[in-house]
Amino acid sequence: MELLVKNGFVYDPLNGIDGQKMDIAVKDGQVVESVNERKAKKIDASGMVVMPGGVDIHTHIAGSEVNTGRLLRPEDHFKDHESKTSVTRSGVGRSIPSTFTTGYRYSRMGYTTIMNPSMPPLEAKHTHEELNDTPMVDKATYPLLGDWWFVLEHLASGNIDECARNVAWLIKATKGYAIKIVNPGGLEAWGFGHNVNSLDDQVPHFCITPREIIRGLCQVNKLLNLPHTIHVHTNNLGKPGNYITALETMKCVEDLATGTKPAIHITHCQFSAFKGDDWKSMESGTEPIANYVNNHSHVTLDMGQIVFTDTTTMTADGPFQYGLYGLTGRKWVNHDVETETSAGIVPFHYRRKNYVNAVQWSIGLELALLVKDSWKIFMTTDHPNGGPFTSYPRIIAWLMSRKARQAALKRLNLRAQSKSFLPSIDREMGFYEIATVTRAGQARALGLAHKGHLGIGADGDIAIYNINPEKTDPSQKFKTVRKAFRRAAFTIKDGKVVVKNGEVLRHVDGRTMWLDVQVSEPRGTTDDLKQRFKEYWTVEYENYPVGEGCLTASLPMTVKAQV
Amino acid sequence: MIELVPNREFRLPITAECISPNVFEEKTLPEIEALKVWEGNKQKTLGGIFKIAESGADNQQKNNTITIHGDVTEVRGIGSYMKNGEIVIHGNVGLYLGVEMHGGKITVYGNTGGWAGSMMKNGTIEIHGNVGDYLASPYRGSTKGMRGGRIVVHGNAGNEAGAYMKHGVIKILGSAGQFLGLRMREGTIYVKNGCEDRAGACMSGGKIVIGGAVESILPSFTIDSIKKKAKVEEGEDAEGPFYVFLGDLAENGNGKLYVSKTSNPHLGSYEKFI
Repeated sequence: MELLVKNGFVYDPLNGIDGQKMDIAVKDGQVVESVNERKAKKIDASGMVVMPGGVDIHTHIAGSEVNTGRLLRPEDHFKDHESKTSVTRSGVGRSIPSTFTTGYRYSRMGYTTIMNPSMPPLEAKHTHEELNDTPMVDKATYPLLGDWWFVLEHLASGNIDECARNVAWLIKATKGYAIKIVNPGGLEAWGFGHNVNSLDDQVPHFCITPREIIRGLCQVNKLLNLPHTIHVHTNNLGKPGNYITALETMKCVEDLATGTKPAIHITHCQFSAFKGDDWKSMESGTEPIANYVNNHSHVTLDMGQIVFTDTTTMTADGPFQYGLYGLTGRKWVNHDVETETSAGIVPFHYRRKNYVNAVQWSIGLELALLVKDSWKIFMTTDHPNGGPFTSYPRIIAWLMSRKARQAALKRLNLRAQSKSFLPSIDREMGFYEIATVTRAGQARALGLAHKGHLGIGADGDIAIYNINPEKTDPSQKFKTVRKAFRRAAFTIKDGKVVVKNGEVLRHVDGRTMWLDVQVSEPRGTTDDLKQRFKEYWTVEYENYPVGEGCLTASLPMTVKAQV
Repeated sequence: MIELVPNREFRLPITAECISPNVFEEKTLPEIEALKVWEGNKQKTLGGIFKIAESGADNQQKNNTITIHGDVTEVRGIGSYMKNGEIVIHGNVGLYLGVEMHGGKITVYGNTGGWAGSMMKNGTIEIHGNVGDYLASPYRGSTKGMRGGRIVVHGNAGNEAGAYMKHGVIKILGSAGQFLGLRMREGTIYVKNGCEDRAGACMSGGKIVIGGAVESILPSFTIDSIKKKAKVEEGEDAEGPFYVFLGDLAENGNGKLYVSKTSNPHLGSYEKFI
């Protein structure tokens, strides 16, 4: 199967290609130097933008938490439903679309790789069942390790190597991809109705602090040579004044970074960049964070942008969700996953006229625009927490056009308008930078060598958008930009055209990527360990791991660890 | 004026949100006949299941009134999102009558299914029969209750009538089921006869007037006073005397629950707390 994308304006930041008119050849699912032009299927992309397939570093799309959210909110689905077609299945959507619909909608926007963060290890089988049913995209998932009892115990006793062996086993057992840390220490404390309020609070019963957990897992990450850094949801998330915690979290691993390689990824940073003492005096804390990130190379961020809509918030951060439930008085699901993590779900409506929500909107965009290096910040909405992923085209328009930002800002709460930094920011991203924040940067941060670029040997994942960068000025015609990114002209997955003009043409199963971490001396299976599973887990040791047979399309990646 | 008569007896549920004056107006008869509806999992045209006739005056808004003759118990969503005009139904009608109605009038000479007037914002619905459960209540899981308008039911209502109500008037001239005015925030519900248990559960505001017998009052309500009459709407009072309860205190609520004194002698023990 050969394919030739002709005459498009190619934006491929990882290879430094900035809008040059060129052809991209794909053979057997991979980008190649050239193909037989007579035999190959040709796609005329003249006057269109060609980018690598989109990569999303943080989007809650599968797992028990997401599914509970679906069950909790029938009112979220009833106005947004898709009928089946000859190739697609039916489904319902909006803030938490059903699994198949999630795949289709990502594909329609030109995305080909998505990462599901926050999987409680105990719920790994459920998560993979749902990932199997999410077609059109390659995907991976991060197990929650920040409050796993084995991690806490080994770090408390200072045994980093043993901790690393356990983490290696767990990543392999749950078919995970990276180390996810959510409110380190706080989730364990939540099991007892408490939380931790700073990096140096003691976690009850474990003689350890959040700082030690983050530093310990950062060292483990390095020892195991994992492709992605630790993926951190900070302490004190969603509380006024928490930008200090975010800064401290970045600082606490400063000395662990080697060279210019990132050591920590702060996810949905918008929720961790609040200044002020309470909700009344809350304001944007983006400046100190952006300054810090501009001067240090060991941090990457993602935006966690909010959009004004009714959505569903869901995190493993149980105490935060409890606070949110108190604020909204709406429905709430709370869950304590034994020995591992917690979870909470609360529906939330972001409103323009609400001061705090309006400031949050401004914070997300300020972060993206004030961080000078677009390789350090990526575009997400922390789907569905800040808004559904289907609102990405709107965010792209805001990033590309000052006019679009002004138009949106004008409709906000007046006090929030007067405090926003946005009017003073002139920066407008071009297509090159948009390609960086939506695919290339994310692929590089994730260590995905074959994704996010169109060089020789890359996966044949290509997105083509019907917008002419020579004729359309995105800064003025932001509505055209929005329309183009909403419905990709073509989405190509593994060298096959799967979407044309926003319609799904072909169903493909995406692969599930996971890390096969090889340690020189694997953790032994002692009777003691089995006994602990018997005592503290509802699942026996033998039934805990997810077998490779559970994945319909498995794509293991071998990593050689230092321990 | 458009007249609809079912072609046959419907056996499968039909979703026909297109039966609304706002959809019909400015359309010619063939266009109306070509409107799409779902019967079970098959898509049909409106003309395929109804005999449609045009009659009456030839002024501009000629299709602003829709009359349905016959049993349409299986037809759902009639009058959804309508903004003006009128629908008259001579027969029983199915679920979701007048969902998110913004204005206009619906009259039913028969019974209706559940969720009649669900999430309505304005307009009038008059039903000369009984209504099913969830009268004027929002869709499952949603908190968008009735925002305004007026519903009059000449028969009985099922459970959870007026849940999450935020504004407007509901008059039930028969009796009501359980959880009358569940979680209501504002507005008025009047029930001429009695109602089943748990009236006003979780209400945080608004007014419920019950002119008949109730078995008990929720323990999270406190008695406030006895009043001679209760105002139902402008120019209409219900004659008492009524016990006035405040609640639901479990939700820090400030709703008023009027319960007839004469029909409920067993509530007399509350009087000593006034």
